[in-house]
Amino acid sequence: MAFTFAAFCYMLALLLTAALIFFAIWHIIAFDELKTDYKNPIDQCNTLNPLVLPEYLIHFFFCVMFFCAAEWLTLCLNLPLFAYHVWRYMSRPVMSSPGLYDPTTIMNADILAFCQKEGWCKLAFYLLSFFYYLYGMIYVLVSS
Amino acid sequence: MSTAGFNSQNGTGTGQTYTNGPSQNPVALQQLPGVSYGMTHQPTYNPVQAKAPAPLGPGLYPSGPYQPAPPVGSYQPGPTLTSYPAPPGQPLMTRPLLGAPPSHTPPQSASPGPRLPPPQATPPPPAVSSSNYYPNPQQPQHMPPAWQYNNTPPPMGPASSMGTPPHGAMANHVNPAASLTAPLLPPSSAAYSSAPAAHVSHSGAQPPGPGMPPTSLHGYIQPGTAPPPMGPMGPMGPNTYQPGRAPYGPPRTGPPPTMKPTPPPTGPPMANAQPPPPRADAQCGGAVNSTLPPTEPDYQDGDIECPGNMAGNGPQAPNSHNHVDNQMAGMPQHGPPGRHLGHYPSLPPGYQNTPAPHNATPPIHPAMQAATQPYTQAHQPYQQPPGGPGPAQLSPSLAAMSLQSSTPEALRVVNLLQERNLLPPSPVPPPTPCLPQDLQKINCNPEVFRSTLTSIPQTQSLLNKAKMPLGLLLHPFKDLSLPVVTSSTIVRCRSCRTYINPFVSFLDQRRWKCNLCHRVNDVPEEFMYNPVSRSYGEPHKRPEVQNATIEFIAPSEYMLRPPQPAVYLFVLDVSHNAVETGYLNVFCQSMLDNINALPGDSRTKVGFITFDSTIHFYNLQEGLSQPQMLIVSDIEDIFLPTPDSLLVNLNECKELVQDLLKSLPTLFQKTMETQSALGSALQAAFKLLSPTGGRMTIFQTQLPNLGVGALQSREDPNQRASAKDIQHLSPATDFYKKLALDCSGQQVSVDLFLLSSQYCDLASLGCISRYSAGTVYNYPSYHHQHNPAQVECFTKDLKRYLTRKIGFEAVMRIRCTKGLSIHTFHGNFFVRSTDLLSLPNVNPDAGFAVQMSIEENLVDLQVVSFQAALLYTSSKGERRIRVHTLCLPVVNSLSDIFAGADVQAISGLLACMAVDRSATASLSDARDAMTNAAIDSLTSYRQSVLTIQQPGLLAPACLKLFPLYILALLKQKAFRTGTSTRLDDRVFAMLQLKYQPLVYSLLMIHPALYRVDDLTDEGALNINERTIPQPRVLQLSVEKLSREAAFLMDAGTVMYLWIGRNCNPNFLSQVLGVPNYAAVPENLYLLPELDTAESQRTRAFIGWLRDQRPFFPPMHVIRDESQLKPTFMQNMIEDRTESALSYYEFLLHLQQQISK
Repeated sequence: MAFTFAAFCYMLALLLTAALIFFAIWHIIAFDELKTDYKNPIDQCNTLNPLVLPEYLIHFFFCVMFFCAAEWLTLCLNLPLFAYHVWRYMSRPVMSSPGLYDPTTIMNADILAFCQKEGWCKLAFYLLSFFYYLYGMIYVLVSS
Repeated sequence: MSTAGFNSQNGTGTGQTYTNGPSQNPVALQQLPGVSYGMTHQPTYNPVQAKAPAPLGPGLYPSGPYQPAPPVGSYQPGPTLTSYPAPPGQPLMTRPLLGAPPSHTPPQSASPGPRLPPPQATPPPPAVSSSNYYPNPQQPQHMPPAWQYNNTPPPMGPASSMGTPPHGAMANHVNPAASLTAPLLPPSSAAYSSAPAAHVSHSGAQPPGPGMPPTSLHGYIQPGTAPPPMGPMGPMGPNTYQPGRAPYGPPRTGPPPTMKPTPPPTGPPMANAQPPPPRADAQCGGAVNSTLPPTEPDYQDGDIECPGNMAGNGPQAPNSHNHVDNQMAGMPQHGPPGRHLGHYPSLPPGYQNTPAPHNATPPIHPAMQAATQPYTQAHQPYQQPPGGPGPAQLSPSLAAMSLQSSTPEALRVVNLLQERNLLPPSPVPPPTPCLPQDLQKINCNPEVFRSTLTSIPQTQSLLNKAKMPLGLLLHPFKDLSLPVVTSSTIVRCRSCRTYINPFVSFLDQRRWKCNLCHRVNDVPEEFMYNPVSRSYGEPHKRPEVQNATIEFIAPSEYMLRPPQPAVYLFVLDVSHNAVETGYLNVFCQSMLDNINALPGDSRTKVGFITFDSTIHFYNLQEGLSQPQMLIVSDIEDIFLPTPDSLLVNLNECKELVQDLLKSLPTLFQKTMETQSALGSALQAAFKLLSPTGGRMTIFQTQLPNLGVGALQSREDPNQRASAKDIQHLSPATDFYKKLALDCSGQQVSVDLFLLSSQYCDLASLGCISRYSAGTVYNYPSYHHQHNPAQVECFTKDLKRYLTRKIGFEAVMRIRCTKGLSIHTFHGNFFVRSTDLLSLPNVNPDAGFAVQMSIEENLVDLQVVSFQAALLYTSSKGERRIRVHTLCLPVVNSLSDIFAGADVQAISGLLACMAVDRSATASLSDARDAMTNAAIDSLTSYRQSVLTIQQPGLLAPACLKLFPLYILALLKQKAFRTGTSTRLDDRVFAMLQLKYQPLVYSLLMIHPALYRVDDLTDEGALNINERTIPQPRVLQLSVEKLSREAAFLMDAGTVMYLWIGRNCNPNFLSQVLGVPNYAAVPENLYLLPELDTAESQRTRAFIGWLRDQRPFFPPMHVIRDESQLKPTFMQNMIEDRTESALSYYEFLLHLQQQISK
């Protein structure tokens, strides 16, 4: 049993994924509030938009870590989400500030439904990957 | 009585008078011995008004809180308060819902009888479309990733409705050519008989091929043989009216007898003045005791209701049938006088559904025609001359007809490839929802509130199958005279906050049930008193319950802050370019002329800012001898030099303001400054207005190129025609959008007047108005000398703009019956929550569109309602709420959905959706989606509704104009390709499609063409002593033009008068005042005021067209060599152009896709 760089990556990913899970839950709650009229879309976009890039960067960060640790399987599992993030940010509306959400279109039912679905899917993905990283960490620790 | 004669001030003329209130009508109907009944779409007159009003004299309105408009009808204040009027008959429905049970009907094409299996082969699969508004359940590959508004595609089995009996007649087939004096003959009868009843005659006239008639591309074939008569309607040929029969031609086939498949009630109808019987079924004849209504959710719109009471003198009602009924029911015709007040005297509208058609209709005085039909179009057929066969004879035949009713006219199959003349000769009236007549009578005016499907599908999957968009088109702040109610408590549902409306149901005197969320609410004590009749205990007769459109003066709980004053800030471009155009003179003159007509009160404030590369403020403080100009050149960090004295009270400082307006044009005459710092000027104006809110008016003549919000030219003029796809339809920067949102938050609205001959990036600039609920006006190539037509247009528009009504700090909420939900809004506003629009200003010329979706099945409902409530501060500082409520039936068969389709509303909504699509995806995507909308709905019709498959491009009669409108949209400035279109013009057209009310945007989509050199007084309208000729609408094809004539094309925002080369010299001299064709001036835009009959007719007609809209359409006279001739010819949408299909080719394309 040795504390390798891969094990460190997994531990870091575990912590960061926990953070991402909170991001996803926050996202879901925020859109639910929008749907149920509690919040003004301008305020909601102002709170959500600053969180978008940090989330993407965190994910990108541990993708890089897994790349350095040569954990190819884990990297492959994360690449689709990374590609999605890149695509999503490339196709964002014209905005002068970082972020994805435009208060003028966010109330459109299609976009609202899409964002909610996106939130749930990400939550599921992060939860699964949380346990996967847990397993991976233990596996790496035990096997090496 | 609570009703007012609704006169739409901007309406389309005389015929537009409609009466929303049912109250006075029945009275007048009963008492006036006239004959005619002018309702086109309503086969019979329903004399039974369950809610018939207490006939107090019209002068008895209490003067205080309630301000009634003068009632339309005259009625005798008889002893009716104490007498139960006799129910003269049973109400009728305009169109039957599914399930009308004429079992012995011979199976007709579309719906009746059990559905036949498709002949020979399975129906062709739907055309594969790459982009689509509707997902195809069977073909998931249709579904583009976004912009599906139907997200649930549960496959429906074969339409269960196929076996449903026929459906009643629809309204919109009616040929409105007949003038008011036309006799009972349905004017469309001729067209009807010549219409090839395709499914009947396909053996004869059509080749049995796969649907391609053997014609050349440019020729239409006419069926050589006369079409066979339509089924059972045959014997009653269009012109064979027997004197005693109803005026009842084939177009108005099945009169809708029942709401449910149940047979007409067998029980004796009861006398009125009863509390509604629980099930409202046949046993209306309950005794006097007031049965408590049940509380099942669906009882309220029970199929059959008791014939309501007639206000007025029951016994005098000239309706023998009612007497018979009453006697059969054993009811006294006069209720005990005392009982009346104590009991629930009549039925609330929610109870009033109709049983079978009854046999009697009392005669109506012709003068009451307008009052009896809720929305009369300008020219309605089916009018009877006084003395003609009366409606009394109409009903019996209707009853007879209902038994043998066949396909409703709306579902009559039309083979588009064979019908050449689809356009009705006059504007198409909106279809009438298939509601019980008493509900329909009080339903909202379709000009204000209109649905794309007048029959709402029961489930989303049914809607998906129909492949038509479900949505509402609103014109909520339209100029109307409407009843205003002042009340300290506004009665609303406690759970969903719906305003009480005519479609709620009263369970008893003390409780009412919300028609949107079905909650049972208490009737407040104050509501028990009816200020109109000054009686107590008649909550159902309050004006709120009698009018689908009503305005409340809101109490203080509807204010977040004290109502703001009217504040107007004008931001004027004074750069060199702007001075060149000369608009400043026009603006200042117009302001000086209208300064007293600006809506407002003693608190009204105005301010002015001018800008070029610097920002100039004007200190108008009281006490100054002349206006003081303050220049701020630090445009990067803008500040207000003297915040207090820039916006001044108009009344106190009027002289200074006038001084400023007089000196402004000369002030900048010599300026050489060419740059424009619009962004900074906007920021300054926002700072100035944000403490109060108000209206900001921007005049801009060039691309803003300095400071924040500077834009670059994105258009390459050489690529206009050749580009594969149009770029730059979305904004280049979000500066204007963010500023608009800030404005919206501070209740500031921004209107933009763009007067530029250059590219101005309207796609970016327009955001400032779009999200702050403003309006964009565009005057391309404006110049005070070179373009006098634009100057006139600008002057007139400015006058209207300055003087029209305005509402400040407004919000509009749209509520709908539980199960329906709002999908997307279209228009200029900011969406603050799922059903709430933030409108810093609302103006009477703004329209809105709403896409709807069905979230829960509407299984237990007979009707659904939509309510738009607009809360605003009037220019007098009053907080007001304007409420519109629309009620529509729910159906569960595809054929009913198709029968209720409103092709104009569908086209308008599709245009809005396509604008969105072209911004988010691409223009070609939007074009494909529109084409696919036509393909899909016609495919769905062919596969699911048609029982007999046959060659040709088949469409139901109500959708026969759909391909034409779609083609018109594809050739509209907003969506056309291949033709050189300035990017700004295109974007402006898109903005207009989104915020124009439907009536105006329809003319932009499909202009109207009239021949005007032979105007006659035949069939003319008479409005205010003026005779207005009514030429017929021609198809938009060069084939219709003739060199010997002159034609007027009305394209909504502009008109063209085309003069043929060999035009009748009489027309040239009498109307244009020139001796011959060569002498017609090149830039003629005003008709000379000649004192000839021809000139007067022409000017009256053009003036009448202009009066119908709030903006001023300039008119251009077009000769062969005119510069504008190509523009005129581009509107000939049925013709082929280099880059677009002709109408016939488009139909062939559709057919090919459908049968693929």
